[in-house]
Amino acid sequence: MDLERAQFLQFLFSGVTVGATYALAALGFTLIYNASHVINFAQGEFIMLGGMLSVFFSQAGLPMPLALGLAIAVPALVGMALEKLAIEPVMGAETVTLIIITIGASLVIRGLVQVWLGKGTFSLPAFSGEKPILFLGATLMPQSLWVLGVSALVVLALGYFFKYTLYGKAMLATSYNRGAAQLVGIHTGGVLLVSFALSASVGALGGVLLTPITLTSYDTGILLGLKGFVGAVVGGLGNGLGAVIGGLLVGVMEAMGAGYISSAYKDAIPFILILFILFFLPRGILGGQSTDRV
Amino acid sequence: MALLEVDRLSIHFGGVKAVDDVSFSLDAGTVYAVIGPNGAGKTTLFNLITGLYQPTSGDIRLDGISITGMAPHRLAMLGIARTFQNLQICINMDALENVMVGAHLRLDRNVFKSALHWPGITRRDRALREECSALMCSVGLEHYIGARADSMPYGALKRLEIARALALQPRILFLDEPAAGLNATETLEIDRLVRRVADTGVTIVLVEHDMKMVKNLSDRILVLDYGKKLAEGSAQEVLDNPEVIAAYLGTSV
Amino acid sequence: MHLAKYRALALLSLLLLVLPWLLPNSFYVDLVIRMLINCVIVLGLNLLIGFAGQISLGHAGFVGIGAYASAVLPSHFGWHPAAAIGAGALITGVLAALIARPIFQLKGHYLAMATLGLGIIIAMVLRNEAGLTGGPDGMAVVPLELFGLPLSSDRQWYAVVATLLVLSVWLCENLMDSPFGRALRALHGSEPASQVAGVNVVRYKISIFVLSAMFASLMGSVTALYVGFVTPSLADFFHSIELVTMVVVGGMASIYGSLLGAVVLTALPQALTRFEGWETVAFGAILMASMVFMPRGLVPSLHAWWSQRRAPSNPQQAVS
Repeated sequence: MDLERAQFLQFLFSGVTVGATYALAALGFTLIYNASHVINFAQGEFIMLGGMLSVFFSQAGLPMPLALGLAIAVPALVGMALEKLAIEPVMGAETVTLIIITIGASLVIRGLVQVWLGKGTFSLPAFSGEKPILFLGATLMPQSLWVLGVSALVVLALGYFFKYTLYGKAMLATSYNRGAAQLVGIHTGGVLLVSFALSASVGALGGVLLTPITLTSYDTGILLGLKGFVGAVVGGLGNGLGAVIGGLLVGVMEAMGAGYISSAYKDAIPFILILFILFFLPRGILGGQSTDRV
Repeated sequence: MALLEVDRLSIHFGGVKAVDDVSFSLDAGTVYAVIGPNGAGKTTLFNLITGLYQPTSGDIRLDGISITGMAPHRLAMLGIARTFQNLQICINMDALENVMVGAHLRLDRNVFKSALHWPGITRRDRALREECSALMCSVGLEHYIGARADSMPYGALKRLEIARALALQPRILFLDEPAAGLNATETLEIDRLVRRVADTGVTIVLVEHDMKMVKNLSDRILVLDYGKKLAEGSAQEVLDNPEVIAAYLGTSV
Repeated sequence: MHLAKYRALALLSLLLLVLPWLLPNSFYVDLVIRMLINCVIVLGLNLLIGFAGQISLGHAGFVGIGAYASAVLPSHFGWHPAAAIGAGALITGVLAALIARPIFQLKGHYLAMATLGLGIIIAMVLRNEAGLTGGPDGMAVVPLELFGLPLSSDRQWYAVVATLLVLSVWLCENLMDSPFGRALRALHGSEPASQVAGVNVVRYKISIFVLSAMFASLMGSVTALYVGFVTPSLADFFHSIELVTMVVVGGMASIYGSLLGAVVLTALPQALTRFEGWETVAFGAILMASMVFMPRGLVPSLHAWWSQRRAPSNPQQAVS
């Protein structure tokens, strides 16, 4: 009995840990989708950049806090460049065009990292050591606590930002109705830029936190990003809270599936989940109903 | 028996009753206008009858047979055609092809025959091309027969939609604000065009804001306000009705 | 008037007939064969993306199914390779039909995600079922014999693939120039308009999805038989993106655009073969640049530019 419970908890912990990264990725998608109605297929590359850059900067001799800080700040700049070079020029284009251009951007980012840093797999030392913590019969890595803790802080901070600060409300206003927001004096171009920067840093942060556990390489972005997108859709595209719940759900289901059914198909589980959701609950768990106006 | 009967039709979007318990019927060969202030539910009513929305409750009958909830393409098979308030033109195609789409159901659409270039298909396609060109002329678009849809002005596109709807050879034609955005001269021409179509025996249901046009064309008028039926009758009865006037202009306090 | 559309096809056939004599060595013949295979796949994909205005980010999955059907069925179950090709196409068709109905209720990004998910799942199955498929390392393919003669020389394969291409172009030209094709393009232009004109939009989307999937499966089988070996990378995400890039760059809704896109973007990895990372960057940059500067693709943009130059006659006249 105890062994079963311990095993269940083990899967739960690892699921929630990786789910926290998916939640951050999902938040990133939501931020950009709300600001521009674009699904940024390059979101996963920001996560990858966070991981790879933290390794690069720390190996270059920089003190860890600085290395990590840069690993979050540089992707923010990349995000802004993405907005300027890929999104602005095609604003208002067909969905297919937008999807393809962000895919193109993700290829460019990934390719450049591959050229610059190679195809190797890298790791970061855990932030506070490797000694596992015993909890309710299962082991928890200290790094997991970092992931969960920092992610929770970020989610709360973003929630506060959007609800109580003027700029946050301005961003929300832009997402509801860009024209109206412009008319009341909100600089919507700036809002778009900020949302990309924010989305990139949030994603990169997730990548930084996760690297000590799951390692990083030039191509981790694809799956992480896609799973984050699954989380965003599961929770209801455009809904911040939904994104977090969705991301966690995806992580947990993946871990449970890998543990109880088959670890070979672990990566397929989020996609089976999204097909399921798209067919039966296309607006997601927290999404509402909507009809096309003709 | 009436051609079309609408029986206590309603649709709710969340808390909003866009169409609320509306009933009316219309006879073949007549021109029936639906008027009302903006947001009264006129286009929603059209979308319900033409299958683009599913009603929450109520029934729609064509020749006595219920057509509630039928998909738009099946309603097209029954002879129902419509135009859209916000133009729905296939901008990626030629003007003529847009019209030919309207006649879609009259042609052989079999995939295999098409792919293998079955002899009849091309011949009939060319015949249709001729017919649709004539149709374009009859709505006043003879200058645009060779044109691409994306090069045509707004007024011409409004007529193109009507041509496309006519290509279906419909029994009932639903026109959603055919004169919207047109100047006085263009409106007059649409007026004459609709009259010509009605004279060929097609039943017409018309949403319009231009009251002169409505008075000229309609045999009967339905007035909607906030999704509910406000009044129904001949042009004279309806347009002199104080409630109708109040709905449009407000009351003096 | 309808004979004019066959003019380009005649030129293409002529070119294909003459080409083998112009190619210096078997390396180039092999390259051209690969180009022609991609041409057919992209032709089918363009029907879906360019003409019908839908999207598929997992099309390589169908290529993989066709390829592995040709590998697995003869090797493990003793099927004749020709029957395996048919089986692959049938399996793909059925799968596409089953998944299309729920998928095409979705639009835009949701549709893209669903097709993406499908492709990834297929690739994963091919990679994981090592007992059947040989796993990540792939497996060898039993060669095909046509009328008792083994199909093995480059020239023979060239003839087969070139014939398939000409046939495919002919079929597509006919299809797009017919009521079916017009309905498809109308669907892309405006779904509500086509619906009220009597087009069963859902059924059309499913049909074209199944058709393009079967094109892909067929050429997957051809690839397997030609190369003699299959690996799961045939079905992976990057291959799906390569295919979409060929459609988008060459020309959406343009038959010859598809061919151009396939030819150019099959040659590109060859040129960059030692620069793997740069290949990715190049693909990405091409995609981005295309979308910004030539959103309709090379051939339609060139065509538009050419028509503008010749005689900017405008039928615009005051509507009196």
